[in-house]
Amino acid sequence: MKFRGKIVDIACLNHFSRVITTISKLTKMCVLRLTSDNLFFVLSEKVANGGVSMWCELSQANFFDEYQMEGVSTEDNEICLEVTPENLSRALKTVQNAKAVKLKLTKKHCPCLTIAAELPTLSSISRVVTHDVPVDVIPRRLWHEFKEPNMPDFDVSIYLPPLKTMKNVVDRMKNLSNFLVLEANLNGEMNLKIETDLVSVTTHFKDLGNPPWGEDASQDGGPSQSRDPQAMAQARVDIRKLQQFLMGQQVNPSKAMCNIVHERVVHLILLHEDMSLQYFIPAVA
Amino acid sequence: MPLLTQSQADDEEYVLVASLDNARNLSNILKAITFKDHAIFSATPTGLRVTVEDSKCLQANAFIQAEIFQEYTIKEDLVGFQVNLTVLLDCLNIFGGSTVPGVSTALRMCYRGYGYPLTLFLEEGGVVTVCKINTQEPEEPIDFEFCSSNVTNKVILLSESLKEAFSELDMTSEVLQITMSPSQPYFRLSTFGNSGNAHYDYPKDSDMMELFKCTKTQTNRYKMSLLKPSTKALALSCKVSVRTDSRGFLSLQYLVRNDDGQICFVEYYCCPDEEVEEE
Repeated sequence: MKFRGKIVDIACLNHFSRVITTISKLTKMCVLRLTSDNLFFVLSEKVANGGVSMWCELSQANFFDEYQMEGVSTEDNEICLEVTPENLSRALKTVQNAKAVKLKLTKKHCPCLTIAAELPTLSSISRVVTHDVPVDVIPRRLWHEFKEPNMPDFDVSIYLPPLKTMKNVVDRMKNLSNFLVLEANLNGEMNLKIETDLVSVTTHFKDLGNPPWGEDASQDGGPSQSRDPQAMAQARVDIRKLQQFLMGQQVNPSKAMCNIVHERVVHLILLHEDMSLQYFIPAVA
Repeated sequence: MPLLTQSQADDEEYVLVASLDNARNLSNILKAITFKDHAIFSATPTGLRVTVEDSKCLQANAFIQAEIFQEYTIKEDLVGFQVNLTVLLDCLNIFGGSTVPGVSTALRMCYRGYGYPLTLFLEEGGVVTVCKINTQEPEEPIDFEFCSSNVTNKVILLSESLKEAFSELDMTSEVLQITMSPSQPYFRLSTFGNSGNAHYDYPKDSDMMELFKCTKTQTNRYKMSLLKPSTKALALSCKVSVRTDSRGFLSLQYLVRNDDGQICFVEYYCCPDEEVEEE
């Protein structure tokens, strides 16, 4: 198992750092899968996460100037590590100004992702900063738990409203209720609703637009049963999970969408120039 | 805006409709009296009065005249209800209470009468939020029987002079003592805390003193915990009038200018702490 990568472009370094920071806001720990073309940050649906799962995909070529990965074996040419993204995020922040940053899988007292950089100083001699971020290697027999999730057979697919507006509203709603109902239809309308003994609040978003694939609700290629565009698909979720997702977003994505499987799951998809992020929030009764 | 026009179609059913182009003109002033969960709303043709009380010794009122609202329609002489003020504030600020200039939340507040919730229609940037807040039977606000004819001492100060004093008040002192007198020290705030006694004196001829009318020397103590919330009202205000009556009851009246420069009032009434005898 070998991994070595080098980032020389400061914009790439910033983006990479930002992605890691976003991930760190979504989860304390996750799995990092390294393949020859991509990096994946994965959180799989477990009771410990409250059933939330996440899939973040980066193309290594968008970030790394040099990238060498030799996986566990030739058939299983990838590396699977359990990481604490916040540790990576903090390390990357200290090397923001570096000319080049190297990432390497090493073995110190335990397996580590070592981040090393040369930092400029006032004199001609550079300062070298090294961070050894401990990681856990995930054995091959557990790899099946971290596969790319399937696109669910959703009832409605809709573009999200501006994330900042959603976040503002969800932040206030969290003061009033623990659960929120998210509903949307094929008419570009989405509602966020809370209801308690004290108060009911509904926020209505309109003219959001629906992604083209959403028109054909039946995915098996069979006769598409046209869905009543006004009919809402809804899911009741733990508001903190939605809030956590919204809190993590630091940059506006180029596309933000939401798929709803009625009363089952909310599937959020963010597409940025250089990465894609999917987040699944299960519905609660 | 379909939702807002729908609310307008139901207008015959509402006994109270009040609209603001900028919801902050209501939420900011309500923040100045939010120290308890519940508030009593009393709406009359003159305007809206919101009352919050604490342990029967303190009462805070916010007055927003009918003219402040872009629309104010009331079908009865008095419309009263009680709501959870914290919930109301969360609703009024549902879009995050942004302070971006030019961006404001529009509000339409509607009430159908006894047994119905208070309905708020809020709109910002084309997004509409509808809130229905449950109401309760309003309690009768306490009448502190504070009347001008019984006022012994009155001063009007520019708020900026008091802001500093109030922000530095020794919170380990259980009471705030107010001395008002036609002679020295004229107007004095005192605390008695763990670090010692502190006095803030305001001479009658100070620039900050807009009006000084004291007829007799009075020293009264008020529970610090009761008066502390008034600091929020002070922070919003430009002027404050401090009056005491022959019983030692305290009236603090704050002149507040809203985002559009219009004037609203906030008033605090407080009973003196029983232990001290008046001079």
